Amino acid sequence: MSSNAIAIENLQREPQTWTEILHQWVTTVDHKRLGILYILYALSYLLIAGIEALIIRIQLMHSHNNFVSPQAFNRMFTMHGTTMIFFVAMPVLFGFANYLVPLMIGARDMAFPRLNAFSFWLTAIGGLLLYFSFLGGSGLYGAGNAPDVGWWSYAPLTAKAFSPGHSSDYWTVALLVSGFGSVGTAINILATILCMRCPGMHLGRMPLLVWLNLVMSGMVLIAVTPLTAAQVMLLIDRYLGGHFFDTQAGGSATLWMHFFWIFGHPEVYILILPAFAFVSEIVPVFSRKPIFGYPVMVGATIFIGFVSMSVWAHHMFTIGMNSYANSFFTITSMAVGIPTGIKIFNWIGTMWGGRIQFKTPMLFCLGFLFQFLIAGLTGIMLASSPFDWQLSNSYFVVAHFHYVIVGGILFALFAAFYYWYPKFTGRMLNERIGKLHFWLFLIGFHLTFDVMHIPGILGMPRRIYTYEPARGWDTLNLIVTIGAFIQALAILVFVCNLIVSYWRGARAGKDPWDAWTLEWSVSSPPPAYNFASIPAVASRRPLWDLKHPEDPDSRYE
Amino acid sequence: MRHGNKPTRRRAKRILALLFCYVTVAGAVTPRSPLSSTNIFAPASTPAKTIFDLSIFVLAVTLVIFVVVSSLLAYSAVKFRGRAADAGREPPQVYGSTQIELAWTVIPVLIVAVLFVATARVIHAIEDAPKPGQTLDVTVIGHQFWWEFRYPKLGIVTANELHIPASDPAHPTPTFLKLLSADTDHSFWVPELAGKTDLIPNRVNQMWLDPPRPGIYAGQCAQYCGTQHAKMLLRVSVDRPADFAAWVIAQQQAAAQDAREIAGKRVFETTACINCHAVSGTAASGRFGPDLTHLMSRATLASGAAENTPASLRLWIQNPDAIKPGSLMPAMKLSDADLDVVTAYLETLR
Amino acid sequence: MAGLIIAESAIFTIFVVAYLFYVGKSLTGPTPAQVLETPVFYTICLLSSSVTIHFAARSLERGRQAAFLGLWSLTVLLGGLFLFGTAEEWHRLIYEHGLTISTNLFGTTYYSMVGLHALHVTVGLLLLLTVLIFSLAGRLRQNESGRIGVLAMYWHFVDAVWVVVFTAVYIIGR
Repeated sequence: MSSNAIAIENLQREPQTWTEILHQWVTTVDHKRLGILYILYALSYLLIAGIEALIIRIQLMHSHNNFVSPQAFNRMFTMHGTTMIFFVAMPVLFGFANYLVPLMIGARDMAFPRLNAFSFWLTAIGGLLLYFSFLGGSGLYGAGNAPDVGWWSYAPLTAKAFSPGHSSDYWTVALLVSGFGSVGTAINILATILCMRCPGMHLGRMPLLVWLNLVMSGMVLIAVTPLTAAQVMLLIDRYLGGHFFDTQAGGSATLWMHFFWIFGHPEVYILILPAFAFVSEIVPVFSRKPIFGYPVMVGATIFIGFVSMSVWAHHMFTIGMNSYANSFFTITSMAVGIPTGIKIFNWIGTMWGGRIQFKTPMLFCLGFLFQFLIAGLTGIMLASSPFDWQLSNSYFVVAHFHYVIVGGILFALFAAFYYWYPKFTGRMLNERIGKLHFWLFLIGFHLTFDVMHIPGILGMPRRIYTYEPARGWDTLNLIVTIGAFIQALAILVFVCNLIVSYWRGARAGKDPWDAWTLEWSVSSPPPAYNFASIPAVASRRPLWDLKHPEDPDSRYE
Repeated sequence: MRHGNKPTRRRAKRILALLFCYVTVAGAVTPRSPLSSTNIFAPASTPAKTIFDLSIFVLAVTLVIFVVVSSLLAYSAVKFRGRAADAGREPPQVYGSTQIELAWTVIPVLIVAVLFVATARVIHAIEDAPKPGQTLDVTVIGHQFWWEFRYPKLGIVTANELHIPASDPAHPTPTFLKLLSADTDHSFWVPELAGKTDLIPNRVNQMWLDPPRPGIYAGQCAQYCGTQHAKMLLRVSVDRPADFAAWVIAQQQAAAQDAREIAGKRVFETTACINCHAVSGTAASGRFGPDLTHLMSRATLASGAAENTPASLRLWIQNPDAIKPGSLMPAMKLSDADLDVVTAYLETLR
Repeated sequence: MAGLIIAESAIFTIFVVAYLFYVGKSLTGPTPAQVLETPVFYTICLLSSSVTIHFAARSLERGRQAAFLGLWSLTVLLGGLFLFGTAEEWHRLIYEHGLTISTNLFGTTYYSMVGLHALHVTVGLLLLLTVLIFSLAGRLRQNESGRIGVLAMYWHFVDAVWVVVFTAVYIIGR
């Protein structure tokens, strides 16, 4: 297997003007560049949605606060949620998948490079459209109107009668457009993984990251599309006089809920599987051992993929379903925790008996493991439907899902950034700043989201722009807000690290972490064609085999 | 001998004692809010209590899981950290273990089975509770952004503050709430009395309460319903049976007729007020807004957004956005004189 | 294409679920039993077009250009007839029975679901026509039969969806 770049003597390159560079980036179909575009796009929206979060937290700092009007607040939480899910989490995870999957399977690009580019630009336009609503939404309150119906857009609040103007439509159309982009990318990832693996890489030899993105893409196909369908129905209701969710005409508000959550629940598994992917690649390398129980990890992933499609109504425990329905969704929601728990055990099993290196990627993975454990357990609490009858729609739920998304997914993402940044850019991210970022963010995260569970238990509902002083929620909310600002600071530290290291970071070679998957066999950054000649593999850790010819993996599995 | 040692200490003790007395007395004389907390772990009714018992069990199980797994995590991070002496040597490459995998699959399955059985029993106990003979039936209709309460068998229509009788555990007289909505989704949540149940248009939901102790229980809408979702507050007044009976009788009367407030009544009846509001025994029979027949029997206005005082009432009529911006009550654009008389009239509706 | 079909199936499933959920729940207006006439002929047209496209694709694989052209044209014709039939039915429903998308729940769910299917037929027809034009211009070679096969898969999908929609509307829902 040879993957060195082909050296050409006396190669001369004309310096490129900035317009040429821009043109190349805008018209690229190279999976690596598209991956970077996705990631940069997501990072920009992370900052915007983060500011929206800070606005929310300032308003809720104490009771009867007046920082923003109720109308503005309602727009803030709607935009914060919508942006974070659709224009931060999805793009950044698709970006990493785009970059890494072809490299990890020994391919030169994705199966459909032009579809890849098209999907990215669809997503990008969706995000711009959503934010254009701040300028163009008009509506009952005058010009400048982003959607304010919550990121679930429940019917009939989104009916023309209750949401006049166009703010809801921006939500609907922006997500419709970016939804097509997501489906396009998912089709691409599926086709790439199923058809373009290098010789010797049968399905049982793919890196876990590839497996997890495979299952994730399959889920996107059948989970994002129900939302698309529901949004088309909503548009028909709002513009063609349809009655899908028109309760005055006999329509059903709960039908929207079912359709939305049939999308919404698998969506969060779509988000977490790539996070699992990162952890499954990073923990073994920094424990210096292979992943514990590879076949079980694959099986658990597939099981999660299927079972997660059957749990959606645990978001609807309070709508008055009968006891059989509530029981069914309780058992499935608890059941989906089993393979997830098994994964946690396997990661610990990977660390067990290893020689752990506490570099920044591993620190973030350890944070992930601890926090995802807690998030899973609060999830079990919420799965118990009577308990949920108290906790649902309260700050306990907000704390739970931020624990998963920030404490789980974002921590795993930070790990991924520190781990693969050298591969993408040829430079190492600064370790000391990385550790500062980690500790600062850890403290801010726990201050905010540990404490946030308590107002939920004390009866604080979500999506309220203010609260009564007599409730006793003031101090807790203040602490939550302080933590939010600490996290913001940590993010700034991170962004500085990204920027400064690009120019001043230590040069990274091909394989700075002494890792074992194919992307570490090419230069950093990889050449446009990835591999000079397509590699052939004989085990799950091709580079381990190369580095340890006396004891290759292929002898054991 | 050090100066001021003993006298200083004595003085300090005296100050502390005074401080303590102050705090105690202050605590005793500070008008304590009659409203309960909204703590889900302070149940005051059977549904809330049943949920509380289950939740303690679930918490205990998850706590044990947390302690075990996080200990393993911490232990492995500490015990197996790479030391400088090991640099360059790889640890034994272990790929997995079928027995361990089996063990940590079977145990979670058992835990889930236990949790599920415990949960299913509670679901059934609350949702399928048979309706005993002696119940109070109340229909709750959710509006943007207020609560309508109708007592069909008693002929009462009121708003925002629910009165129910305390239920003696020996002879239970629970209240069954039928939950409807006039516009968008809402959710009835009084944490100390029960879990929340949603009010969904074109759908009938049901829940029940049986609080044994009188008191005023706080809650609020728990499903985002629009701009003023945050101020759709709930007060549930659990009355001793005698008090409840008296309240019922008072509510069943038609509106009080006070001859002094004819001018205000005329303003009320000739302005758009009657399009939305009802005052029984008068021409006003609008149903879009709260029934005002016994407005003065309520402690708050605008579903808890303001205290029920003449000043608040006047401000509410003049400019609702000053109290609850985005509520559906329009500013009535009355002259100052008209405002004064209308307010005075409404003040007579006890 | 398999991926696309899976995704589209999910979208159609949601519309079918909505249709079946709302059967019998309209508060006013015409009911399916009152206004629907089973489009047997046009259904046969569409389902036959699956047969003709299958044989057309096979002909191209075997290099029989003339047979391909003939069968492909027949497919386009049959598909076009189906669309005409849908248009005819809608015209009747709207102008004779006053059933529109905003009339009642039946109207909303019927037009959305059948319309979504018709949209997919239209897109398919456009693609088929494009291939037809290329073929007539003599630019379609035997080695393109793989791509033709993929397009044929899409067309089969559209037909399969019609079977489901037909069952939901004319058999179950009436």
